[in-house]
Formats: sequence, structure tokens, C-alpha cells
Amino acid sequence: MSDVSQGRGPGQRAVETGVGVFAALFGALVVVGGLQVGIGWGAEGPRPGFFPFYIGLLIIASSVLNLLQLRLTDGRRRFAEWSQLRQVLRVLVPTAIYVVAIPYVGIYLVSAILIAAFMVWLGRYRWPFAVAISIGATVAIYLMFEKFFLVPLPKGPLEELLYL
Amino acid sequence: MEEISNLFHGFAVVLQPYNLLVMLVGIVLGVVIGVLPGLGGANGVAILLPLTFSMSPTSAIIMLSCIYWGALFGGAITSILFNIPGEPWSVATTFDGHPMAQQGRAGEALTAAFTSSLVGALFAVVVITLVAPLVALFALQFGPAEKFAVFFLAFCSFIGMGREPPFKTVASMMIGFALAAVGLDSVTGQLRLTFGFTELLNGFDFLIAVIGLFGIGEILLTMEEGLSFKGRAAGINPRVVLQTWAELPRYWITSLRSCLIGCWMGISPAGATPASFMSYGIAKRTSRRGDNFGNGEIEGVIAPETAAHAAGTSALLPMLSLGVPGSPTAAVLLGGLLIWGLQPGPLLFIEQKEFVWGLIASMYLGNLVGLVVVLTCVPLFAAILRIPFSIIAPIILVFCAIGAYSVHNSTFDVFMMLAFGVIGYMMKKCGYPLAPMVLAIVLGDRAEEAFRQSLLGSQGSVAVFWSNGLVGSIMALGLIALFWPLINEGWMRLRARLPRRVL
Repeated sequence: MSDVSQGRGPGQRAVETGVGVFAALFGALVVVGGLQVGIGWGAEGPRPGFFPFYIGLLIIASSVLNLLQLRLTDGRRRFAEWSQLRQVLRVLVPTAIYVVAIPYVGIYLVSAILIAAFMVWLGRYRWPFAVAISIGATVAIYLMFEKFFLVPLPKGPLEELLYL
Repeated sequence: MEEISNLFHGFAVVLQPYNLLVMLVGIVLGVVIGVLPGLGGANGVAILLPLTFSMSPTSAIIMLSCIYWGALFGGAITSILFNIPGEPWSVATTFDGHPMAQQGRAGEALTAAFTSSLVGALFAVVVITLVAPLVALFALQFGPAEKFAVFFLAFCSFIGMGREPPFKTVASMMIGFALAAVGLDSVTGQLRLTFGFTELLNGFDFLIAVIGLFGIGEILLTMEEGLSFKGRAAGINPRVVLQTWAELPRYWITSLRSCLIGCWMGISPAGATPASFMSYGIAKRTSRRGDNFGNGEIEGVIAPETAAHAAGTSALLPMLSLGVPGSPTAAVLLGGLLIWGLQPGPLLFIEQKEFVWGLIASMYLGNLVGLVVVLTCVPLFAAILRIPFSIIAPIILVFCAIGAYSVHNSTFDVFMMLAFGVIGYMMKKCGYPLAPMVLAIVLGDRAEEAFRQSLLGSQGSVAVFWSNGLVGSIMALGLIALFWPLINEGWMRLRARLPRRVL
């Protein structure tokens, strides 16, 4: 793998810096949360904030050390190529829409749409085949969870229409 | 000999037709999970955990543990035939397993892998049968300080023994502890770290975290890498199986050593993955044919597989007897116990005899059934991998969403799952280990409770953790584990400086 053959993309060091800073900020948030409920000694021993406070400090400390150690890494390494990140987004964006839609539409309809859309969009299958697979999978999930293992799943207007 | 009679009682429980059916279903689901990319032992068990809500705890744990055994078996199939480790602990199996398949010895490699898996697992189960009740009996006398010391040891061995950079392990673990602390404080009942969001009242459920971190995160990674499967044919027939079996006893030393490594690494929560690498490395160094390792040496399949299975199985020992899981999957099983209303820990052996011994008996039987299932159905399972990823991926996503939803029947949890998925992807890409985070989310509350109770007992003096021989030695072990890399390096330098004849 020579450097020339690699496509463009964000550097590993830049991304790791971001992750480290994010973790340190999270640690600071935990410290603040701990301080809010008290970190001292109460009637019941250490107050509720005692443990989170020190955990938060440890998060900050380890993140700072991680950030310092980044200087030792190879600065030319790529985190990923843009084309690869595009692939990731092509999964992430539909999944985000899917997750948001579940409470309103019910899990079955939106799952069927997700599977079919995924197959057409990323797998370049024809619509009839994709729809057949997605309906089959959804019906199988319905039978498995609701009928065999008796686990109710969120339903929407379509299921009400079908009296399921 | 009470254990023996308990064990036979356990077999009676397992041999009920319903439990046998559950076992078979679990094994098959487990192998499928192990074979599929993006589904591993931990998140597979987490996703399927809701399936067991309507079962009795004993049937439920049988099914879930069998999913785990199945996943352990399944990982070997993909590493040998496709050179894709379905699970991290089968990476070492690819080194020699795939070259064997390329030479047309796939059947031999698979038989060796499955059989040594069984050997490793059975060894670990025997250890569990003999040792776990004793450990539990011993642990019954533990006070809060000793309990905290055990947690301390578990977490320190993660930092010292892990393959990841230690400070990344610390960061990941501490973030897990912080997430565990969100919501109601278990000691005082006070709210903390919610910052006014009512959704955070109950804190973060680790099952959601597992499904997101491992399930969604793994799919994103697979998507980025763009998988193309080029598999070898799985020619396995009775003659090859028998031939390989006849050959295996020759490698008994490797097997035994791998069993011991696996058990040790599984009980101390280093886990199956380092166990398999370590076992492979030592086998390579000690074998007479060590130079040929990597070119399709059967011993190079036996060593990592035995160790991985022994570690995976013995990870349940501390989970059962101490309530401290040795691996993320054991942690998920422990989460299952809590959901079914059982309190994990040493009391389990007294109050829930049927459950514990049913589980142990199912380990014996489940692994045997597993071997038969995988040996007979390899081509079938290999065919699953030929289904294109663009069909498998959305179905896995749907299963993840269902699993996350049904833990608490909450759609907010599905949202959290996706967030954890993105976090998992970023962490994995940046070299942060996920397992310590999951274990910290699971154990955080109990570790904190033990810590605060011991401080309360000692009126705030930290010296309570050195107050008697028992707690002191567990803490000392923890510190040794924590600083193991430094100690090891110091020892190596010392040895290099000494003249050879002194040693």
C-alpha cells in the first residue's frame, strides 16, 4: 500500500483528536454532574456525586494522555477515504430515518420499506424481487416475535387496519 | 459429592423435551449469528434476549448460553472457509485454517477446529463444575470491601492484559462507569447526571449499548470496508472426520496447554480473543513444526480454537459464582439474570440450584449437540455467507432495532441504540476497546455500591481495602495486573542484563 494509491480523506490523527476532545468534554460534563449532587460526605457515606466526580476526572486525565500520545502516531495515515465514508452514510442516513419513523408508522411497515429500499439502492436489485424479500422477512419476523415468542412490537396505523 | 447429584438433577432438567428443543434452536441461531458479519456473540445474545421473556429462567438461560456456544462454533466456519473471522477470537484460526482450506483440506481444518472447540469447552465446563461451587461458597463470606476488590481486579486485568493502548482502555472503561451512574443513585435514590432529561431517569441500559456498539457499529465498519466473499468449498464427509479424529490425539500437549491458557484468560476477564492469540503464539514457539505455522498446520488450528472455547466457556465461572462476568457475552447473560429477577452472585448456588445446575448441565450437552450440528450442517451455514450483504445488512438492522425496542418497550431506546452505533464505529476506528465499556456499564452500579458501603463501614478510610489478608491480596493482584506490562518489561530488561550462565 503506497501513499499514492490511497484516496483522499480525513486524517486519522485529526479524527482521533476530535474523539479525544469529545471524551474529555464528556468527562467534564460528568464532573459537573457529580458536583451538582454533592461529592462530600453525607449521612449515608459518600454522597451520590462522589463516584461520578472522580470517574469524570479519570476520563479527562486519560483523554489528555491519549491526546498527548497522538504525537507519536503516523500523521499521514488516513482515517478512511471519502468514498468509504459515503458508504457508511448510505447506511447511517436511512437507518436514522428508520429509527425516527418507528414510533409513528409502526415497526413492520417501516422495516419492510428499509429492507426493500436498501436492496434496491445498495444492492441494485429489481423492485419486485426486493419487495418480495422484504415482505417475506417482515412476515417471518412477525410470526417469530408476536406468535412464537410472544413479544409485542410497536404497531402503527397499517397494523390497526389489518386488526393485528 | 453433592455436586455430582446436583449435576445429575441438572441433566434431568435439561433433558426435558422443551428444553432440548430450546437448546437446538439456540445452537442453530448461534451458529447463524457466528457466521454472519456484523452479528457477534454479545450483540446476538442481546438482540435475542427479549425472545426469552416469556420462558422460565432455566429454559431462557439454556437458550441464551446455547446461542453463545453456537456463535463460538460459527466463528470458525467463516475464518477457515472465507478467511473472514466472524468473531474477533477466531482471527488466529484464519492463520492456518484458511491456508488448509486453500490446499483442499477444508474438511480436515473444520473437523479439527470444531473438535478442539469441544475439547476446550468441556475442559472449561469440568473446571466450572468443580471450582464454581467452591468459589461461590468462599465468596459468601465477602463483605463490601472484598466485593469491590474483585471488581477492581476484573477491571485492572482489562487495562494491564488488553492488547489496546492502556489509556484508551481506561477512557473507554471510565465512560462506561459514567454512563452507568446516570439516573437514580442506587444507594440514596437521588437523581444524578440527568441534566433534566426525563428519558435518562433509568439511566443507560447496557443491552442497548451492546446492540448499538457491537451490532450497528459493526455494520457500519463492514459497509466501509466493502465486503466481497470468496469462499472455499466445504467438503466434509464422515471419512475425513474420522481420519482427523484419529490424528488429533497426537497433539494432546498443545490441546492441554491451550485449555489451561483459555481457562486462565477466561476467568480473569482478558477474554477469548487474547487467549486464542497467546495459545497460537506459544504453540508456534514450542511445536517441532513451528516454522511451518501459517502455511496450513493443523496444530495452528487446534491451539487457538481450544483456547478460545475454553476461555469463552470459563468466562461464565466468575459470572455465576461472583457475579462478575468474564466477557461481554457473559455480561449480557448476567443482564438476562437481572431481567428474569435473579440476583447474580454466590447466593445463586444456594437459592437457585435448579437454575445453576441446569445451566451447567446444558453446557455439557449444548457443546456436544453443537458439534453434531456444525459437523453435519457446514455447507448450509456456509451458504448463508453467500447471501449478499445488501440483503443481510438491513435485516440485521431491523433485528437490532427490535432487540433494542423490546428490552423496555421503548422507542427512545432504539434511538439510543443508533447513537451508540455511531459511537461504537468511531471508537473502533480509533482503537478504543469496547468490551471494558460494556462491562463497566453492567457492573458500574454494583462496583460503586460496594465501594461506598466499604467506605461507610470504615468511616471514609481507604485503608479498608488493605484491612485484612483476603482483601489485601485481591487488591494486590489487581495492582499487579494493572501494571503487568511495566513489570513484564522490567523483568525482561533485568534478564537481558544478567549473564547467561546465571539463569
